[in-house]
Amino acid sequence: MEQYFLILVGTVFVNNIIMSKVLGLCPFFGVSKKLETALSMGLATTFVLTLGSGTSYLINHYLLLPAGLTYLRPLSFIVVIAAIVQFTEMFVEKTSPVLYQVLGIYLPLITTNCAVLGIPLLNVQADHNFLQSLIFGFGGAVGFTMVLVLFAGLRERLDGADIPKPFRGTSIAMITAGLMSLAFMGFSGLVHLR
Amino acid sequence: MRQLFRFHGGVHPPEHKAVSSAAPIVQARLPQRLIVPLRQHIGTSARACVAVGDKVLKGQTIGRAEGYVSAAVHAPTSGTVVAIDMRPVAHPSGLSDLCIVIEADGDDRWIERTLLDLARMDASHVRNRLRDLGLAGLGGAVFPSFIKLNPGATAKVPTLVINGAECEPWITCDDRLMRERAQDILTGARIMATLLHATDILVGVEDNKPEALAALQAAARSLDFPADIVAVPTLYPGGGAKQLIQVLTGKEAPSGGRSTDIGVQCFNVGTAYALARAVQHGEPLMSRIVTVTGAVARPQNYEVLLGTPMAELLEQAGRTSEANGVIMGGPMMGFDIADTAAPVVKATNCLLVKSPKLFPPLPRTMPCIRCGACARACPARLQPQELYWFARAKNFGKTQEYHLFDCIECGCCNYVCPSHLPLVDYYRYAKSEIWAREQEKNAADLARRRHESRVSRLEREKAERAERLAAKAPVKKAQATVPPDSAQAAARKALAAETLARVQAKQAAAAPEPLDPPASS
Amino acid sequence: MLAAVLVMAAIALLVGGVLGYAAVRFRVEGDPLADKIDALLPQTQCGQCGHPGCKPYAQAIAEGSAEINQCPPGGEDGIRRLAELLGKEFKPLNAEHGQPKPKSVAVIDEAVCIGCTLCIQACPVDAILGASKQMHTVLAAECTGCELCVAPCPVDCITVQPIAEDLANWKWKYPAVPLKDVA
Repeated sequence: MEQYFLILVGTVFVNNIIMSKVLGLCPFFGVSKKLETALSMGLATTFVLTLGSGTSYLINHYLLLPAGLTYLRPLSFIVVIAAIVQFTEMFVEKTSPVLYQVLGIYLPLITTNCAVLGIPLLNVQADHNFLQSLIFGFGGAVGFTMVLVLFAGLRERLDGADIPKPFRGTSIAMITAGLMSLAFMGFSGLVHLR
Repeated sequence: MRQLFRFHGGVHPPEHKAVSSAAPIVQARLPQRLIVPLRQHIGTSARACVAVGDKVLKGQTIGRAEGYVSAAVHAPTSGTVVAIDMRPVAHPSGLSDLCIVIEADGDDRWIERTLLDLARMDASHVRNRLRDLGLAGLGGAVFPSFIKLNPGATAKVPTLVINGAECEPWITCDDRLMRERAQDILTGARIMATLLHATDILVGVEDNKPEALAALQAAARSLDFPADIVAVPTLYPGGGAKQLIQVLTGKEAPSGGRSTDIGVQCFNVGTAYALARAVQHGEPLMSRIVTVTGAVARPQNYEVLLGTPMAELLEQAGRTSEANGVIMGGPMMGFDIADTAAPVVKATNCLLVKSPKLFPPLPRTMPCIRCGACARACPARLQPQELYWFARAKNFGKTQEYHLFDCIECGCCNYVCPSHLPLVDYYRYAKSEIWAREQEKNAADLARRRHESRVSRLEREKAERAERLAAKAPVKKAQATVPPDSAQAAARKALAAETLARVQAKQAAAAPEPLDPPASS
Repeated sequence: MLAAVLVMAAIALLVGGVLGYAAVRFRVEGDPLADKIDALLPQTQCGQCGHPGCKPYAQAIAEGSAEINQCPPGGEDGIRRLAELLGKEFKPLNAEHGQPKPKSVAVIDEAVCIGCTLCIQACPVDAILGASKQMHTVLAAECTGCELCVAPCPVDCITVQPIAEDLANWKWKYPAVPLKDVA
């Protein structure tokens, strides 16, 4: 039990997928202009990642390993993830057309979000069992959502700030992200994932 | 001893009340011309019911209340209506508004007054009369009083608060009124309590006005009126309705709600006095007490006819050479008057004449350092620094999330701001932008509805026309075959002819019409 | 090799089945987005965007066949709100479609009006009152200032006048503070 909890804390804070693994930067900058959008993007990614890491484990464990086709991992994982993203997209379009429009290109781009492919591959690397994989995927996504929401909050505030002209827009966002990353380094040493 | 409570924050600005509080109220001179704006209250402007050239008597209705949130306006003296036009009025914009200008004849002759017999009239009749007598809140908001005196269909308002706190610096009009006319104030309060079915009557007066407190207590004894005259601690903005209610009852009106939601209604002492005059003497609201103070020779309180040009009143108080501007209201919540030709209105509680010595220019504004002094001072428990941040960035959605509309614009945040930022100006800006957007949206919705109904109407008409054309063809055929002596056929023929004529008329109307030639051709 | 192909084919089949089911289950009826866009448009129905009214323009934006910067009455604020709704970048107003004007209202010179009803037919919001050979007048509260009535008038008796600032529509101005005034 403790081990699962440690995986969760570890993925959310210590080895945060954006801040310390530096994965998934595309949506991190793309959909962090507004708090609500960032939260929705985070939730969509959480859904995809949790489901993706679960199915990837199943495919890896019951299909690829017995058949000795481990070299097909990236290919089969991306196919499954693409399908899940497609499914999510349909679901979002049905339930919230505005969100669908706001997420725009970033919704299908979850497919190519390196975080989403990265986590199933890391799962395999760390030799996680099914439950561990699920928690690892979920934790990573929660960490992603948290950082995205925090960053969106900062950026909303930056809108009103007296930023020197050359730094306005993406450059100040980059600086902010760098500082956030430094702050997240403070978590290292909290948990040691073995 | 009643247990008192505290509201959050508040400030102690220098009071400057002694400047004008010592001398008794004097009657202001009758000006030659009175300029009576038709909009002196919150809500819809009154509608003029006199014409240029009409003779009017003192107290005659010259503008009728229009719509629900409105109040009538009256001639403050007898004379002749010489103009009904746009004149500068007391408003932060310095814009003009429709006013009735009356040339006084000097007789000051009253119209016949009818007293209100409270015992025989039902409450709604009384309220309608008060509306016709132009009663509006004299504390500053000038909300039509008859609306506030309606306890509503279901609820009683168990607590009535009479506001004599007068927390704003410099102003002493309520102080003098309480000292000199306490009996009338309490008589008005008693009428209010009856109308509202209030059982608990509280009169809150800040403890820097001991004479007013004593006068009210004496009046309550002599009237045998069970009002609780309470000295509240002097702390700005303790005279804000919500703050005074909180101090007296410990209850706080909900965010975005009214005090009646917690069973309390609050009136200014001036309003209570005006109500007593209206009921006992049938006098409409056409004069009020105005403090004239600051850089004038004779700072004191004047009883002024509404419509008196401010310049005349200032003249009477004595101009001084260092005067460099006039504020209507106090230094915390008042606004600059652009043109002193503007008349005194129901909202004019004070004319504060500025001078460089009394009001030195503020030090230069500096950026917000997010010290939070404003948040500690805010009586509405808002986060002024956040409101400022988002109002400045024109992020109005966020300002509403931070409860912009609970801001009472008391100016405490301005007063404590170490960077001397005009914070309230930003909130006012944000509020009026949000209101304007709301209005724009309503206008757009109206236009959308009208456009949609037009489109559907055009379609319907088209369909009907097609139907009629289709119906006409068989009728024609019938005419040819059926013998003309058949009565039924004749009727049908008449109907067809009528329809044809109508269609032709419509087509003629629809066709572009040439310029009408003169009738002679 | 065959195993690999079979495995991938199996995955593809499974995934295809799930997606096919989802496509049926989550089919989107109508276009709720167009309504959301329509709600942001100023409803002048002026046609300056090149569409016969606000609704068609909203539909065109929703389909992606029109840009968001074609509405002069909406002004920069309107474009900003559309950009925010749609998650697009803000673009300055396309000058081809006209310039934003202050909010205006049409006024008929009643002495000149001949009662031809042409303007009544042109008005998209039925804001002109009148009958054939009778004087016409504009219901100012309903008028959107779209100027569509100006061109059809044969005697040029309609002018579009900006609404004057009065106490009812006056707004507090953005505070002018010399913040940068540091020596």
